[in-house]
Amino acid sequence: MDIANFLPTSSEYIRVLPEIILTLMGTLLMFLEAVTNENRKGIFAPLSIAGLAAALAGAVVAYRDPGPAFQNMLTIDGFATFFRVLVIGVGLLAVLSSSGYLRRENSRGGEFYALILFSIVGQSIMASANELIMIFIGLEISSIASYILAGYLRDDARNNESALKYFLLGSFATAFLLYGVAWIYGTTGSTNLVLIRRALLNGGEPVALAEMAAALMFVGFAFKISAVPFQSWAPDVYQGAPAPVSAFLSVGPKAAAFAVLLRVFMTAFGPIASSWTPLVWGVALATMTVGNFAAILQSNIKRLLGYSSIAHAGYVLVAVTANSGNGSAAAMFYLAAYAFTNIGAFAVVAYVSRKGEKFVRVDDFAGLAQRQPGMSAMLSIFLLSLIGVPLTGGFFGKFYIFKAALDAHLVWLTVLGLLNSAVAAYYYLRVLVVMYFKEPGEAAEDIPPAGAALQIAVYTSALGTLLLGIFPSWVLNFATKAALR
Amino acid sequence: MTLLDLVLFLPLIGFLLLLLVPKDNPQASRMGALIISLGIFVASLGLLAPYWFAAPNGPQFETNVSWIDYPPIRYHVALDGLSLWLVLLSTLLTPICVLVSWKHIDHRVKEFFAFLILLEFGLIGVFVALDLFLFFTFWEISLVPMYFLIGIWGHERRIYAAVKFFLYTMVGSMLMLTAIIYLYNKSGTFDYFDIVSQIQTGRLTFDPHTQLLLFLAFFIAFAIKVPLFPLHTWLPDAHVEAPTAGSIMLASVMLKMGTYGLVRYCLPLFPGAAHASAPWVAGLAICGIIYGALVALVQPNMKKLVAYSSVSHLGFVVLGIFSFTQQGLDGAVYQMLAHGISTGALFMLVGFMYERRHSLEIAAYGGVATPAPQLATVFLIATLASIGLPTLNNFIGEYLVLQGASQANFTWVIFAALGVILSACYMLWLYQRAFYGKASESVSHHMTELTGREWAAILPLLILMVWMGTFTQTFLPAISAQNARILGQTQEVQTHPVPALAEAKR
Repeated sequence: MDIANFLPTSSEYIRVLPEIILTLMGTLLMFLEAVTNENRKGIFAPLSIAGLAAALAGAVVAYRDPGPAFQNMLTIDGFATFFRVLVIGVGLLAVLSSSGYLRRENSRGGEFYALILFSIVGQSIMASANELIMIFIGLEISSIASYILAGYLRDDARNNESALKYFLLGSFATAFLLYGVAWIYGTTGSTNLVLIRRALLNGGEPVALAEMAAALMFVGFAFKISAVPFQSWAPDVYQGAPAPVSAFLSVGPKAAAFAVLLRVFMTAFGPIASSWTPLVWGVALATMTVGNFAAILQSNIKRLLGYSSIAHAGYVLVAVTANSGNGSAAAMFYLAAYAFTNIGAFAVVAYVSRKGEKFVRVDDFAGLAQRQPGMSAMLSIFLLSLIGVPLTGGFFGKFYIFKAALDAHLVWLTVLGLLNSAVAAYYYLRVLVVMYFKEPGEAAEDIPPAGAALQIAVYTSALGTLLLGIFPSWVLNFATKAALR
Repeated sequence: MTLLDLVLFLPLIGFLLLLLVPKDNPQASRMGALIISLGIFVASLGLLAPYWFAAPNGPQFETNVSWIDYPPIRYHVALDGLSLWLVLLSTLLTPICVLVSWKHIDHRVKEFFAFLILLEFGLIGVFVALDLFLFFTFWEISLVPMYFLIGIWGHERRIYAAVKFFLYTMVGSMLMLTAIIYLYNKSGTFDYFDIVSQIQTGRLTFDPHTQLLLFLAFFIAFAIKVPLFPLHTWLPDAHVEAPTAGSIMLASVMLKMGTYGLVRYCLPLFPGAAHASAPWVAGLAICGIIYGALVALVQPNMKKLVAYSSVSHLGFVVLGIFSFTQQGLDGAVYQMLAHGISTGALFMLVGFMYERRHSLEIAAYGGVATPAPQLATVFLIATLASIGLPTLNNFIGEYLVLQGASQANFTWVIFAALGVILSACYMLWLYQRAFYGKASESVSHHMTELTGREWAAILPLLILMVWMGTFTQTFLPAISAQNARILGQTQEVQTHPVPALAEAKR
């Protein structure tokens, strides 16, 4: 075989433009960090925003010529582009909401932004990976950066605990995933998703072995998306990590993990769907239920949002259970709506918490509406979206997920899922209750006005949440077109 | 863009405008809210035009444009004889509620009026939406401002009441949402007319078991809102804790969302299941009528008494609906409006008394008629209307309901009529304890006469009580025409000439 066949063509480079831009920018930031003196550290945030914006443009450019890259290791299609844009957008909002936070905590490092960019590189690779090894590499790039981010404020004990927990359990999960990969390679002789699918369709391979591989890989993904019974790390990590990092972790890596989960199970394991859908059915129900009921008991808002993110992973798993084009589109839409909503909610939490995250109890939001009506109204929009009240993205996403589920005749899962969201209303309402119905407490009394970057992050998230709820077509049509079938 | 679109969206615009009013100028918020809500009311009067001389055939002011391409969700609104009066009730009561809250609400004034106007948006939307998804959207939207109205400006246990109210409705809504999606997956559309015609022509059929489940999913959502016994437990809490304006909007309009939903959706969409479950529903309605009345009888708290009387009155409405007769349905809809007027008035008057005496306990009053004869007279008229005295509004509704129910099953009437008697007991007893007897010193001191603003708020309702009790022809033809259409859709058309009946009663 001619060596020239292995050299990537120029159009293949364009297909990985976002990854290239982000890697270069991340490296540049690391370099600048070493040579920039203390009072010029304000440039890191604008630089990373520029890098992310360029990567966003790169993702759009890459989609103008979709197709495979690097010997079918990556595939740039609508599905990949959707998630690339999503994780890069999440990165933008995360950077906007962290710059003020880092200044407040006296920790204005270039590494922080570099890590965010590297993490997004990993997620972006996951979104476009067509190959189990690439998935593994993407997952590791994303995860290792995330582990460090979770413990970024290294003088803070909770940060350290959070990072360690995240690291240990995350590695554990990755091992499961890798074991599954090895298993399927042994069974079908390939790590390429399309080839695995073909092998399974042809029959001849023992199905039980493929099922074992699917189960092992599902365990790995279940950790990453915090599905029951592998959810226990999520509340601890989200509580311990710096609030903007929790925001990032609860949407970015999760969305990418869902992208991979959808791609692997619908493409590679599509032929054995009848054996894994019952498993996902049970996990979806358990995840929703455990997340919601545990969240009711929380008094720390970051923990509450942590459990809520478990519940929301459960809703997305309902869409995965549907195993259809509609289900995949619904999951995509939901993750987009959830990204805006959750980043926004965590940004407001970061704002209220103050230096050293002093105020992170639900009760610390008492009377916020009387002191900061704008921020309170925005948090209300996010909470209503999490409850699933119409005209918010959260509602439409939920509606679309359960519509896909009913299409797939999952009647009981739908009924139980929707009743679950009524339970969820209770704990989200509690935040609204203290914010609007109680008199201002210590935390709200002399709250400083929010910084400009944070305001941009919060208002953009709110706008996104409302737009996805009122005019969902523009995202929904793309998701439907790009969905896996 | 029709007048109906304007009436629907003016409250939303008004809400946004009110948000712009500076926070430290409560008077501007009050005036703004009054002007906006009056403007909406005047605009909504234009909706009467097609109904002025005769009941037109079919929906009026229809707008049907695409909202979301896929799934095909349309902004489809229109007005018919059923929704017309409920829309007018909402637009009439909003400015009245602004007047009622003028002095009563003295903190966070701007937010209060903004939420009140936003509530109006949700309510009008519920009554005019003809796309199931759109209907659900408004149904949920109306929940949010009421939650805040109760939770921020309510009495001591307001938070408990607000959360209970929200969660109760939410559970019902979720079941309804499941059924809406299921209907869509079967029929391929969210459009109400389209689905009804598919059912009529037999293109969309369900086996009885599925139909019953779908019916129940809608029914439970509506029954919680009505509220039908035994799902009523949120209502006394919400009413007692809500501020006066909240109670008025809740009792007069929001409860009607439930009964409206029963007529509009439960009957035509699932006729078989509705017929099959009629005896059970009627049984619950009668339980509610008697239970509500009995509990009202022993209430020491005036607001709770009026709240339980609502449970009783709304039982009549449900009984009328599930009698599947023209009279029964006409009576039910008439009773919806009548209850909106008279119970709204009662809550308002109780609110006025609370503002003076700062107590809702009946025992804190007594002899009020001496220092405040005007208040006493007005309260008496509202009391008599609520009891169902002929020539006042509730009589017509209750009479028609009982007549319709007697055609369906005479035993029902025997028990339901007990409720009429009991209502006289608890209301008159309340009146006697609060207004007659010797006025204590503090009562004479606090219970001042009605002010001009209060008169302005109550007078329209008094006029309507008499008007609805005497000139039924103003209201009934539009209602009857629409009810005949709905009965036709449930395929058991009863051909009693109702206008003639109404004529005879005049």
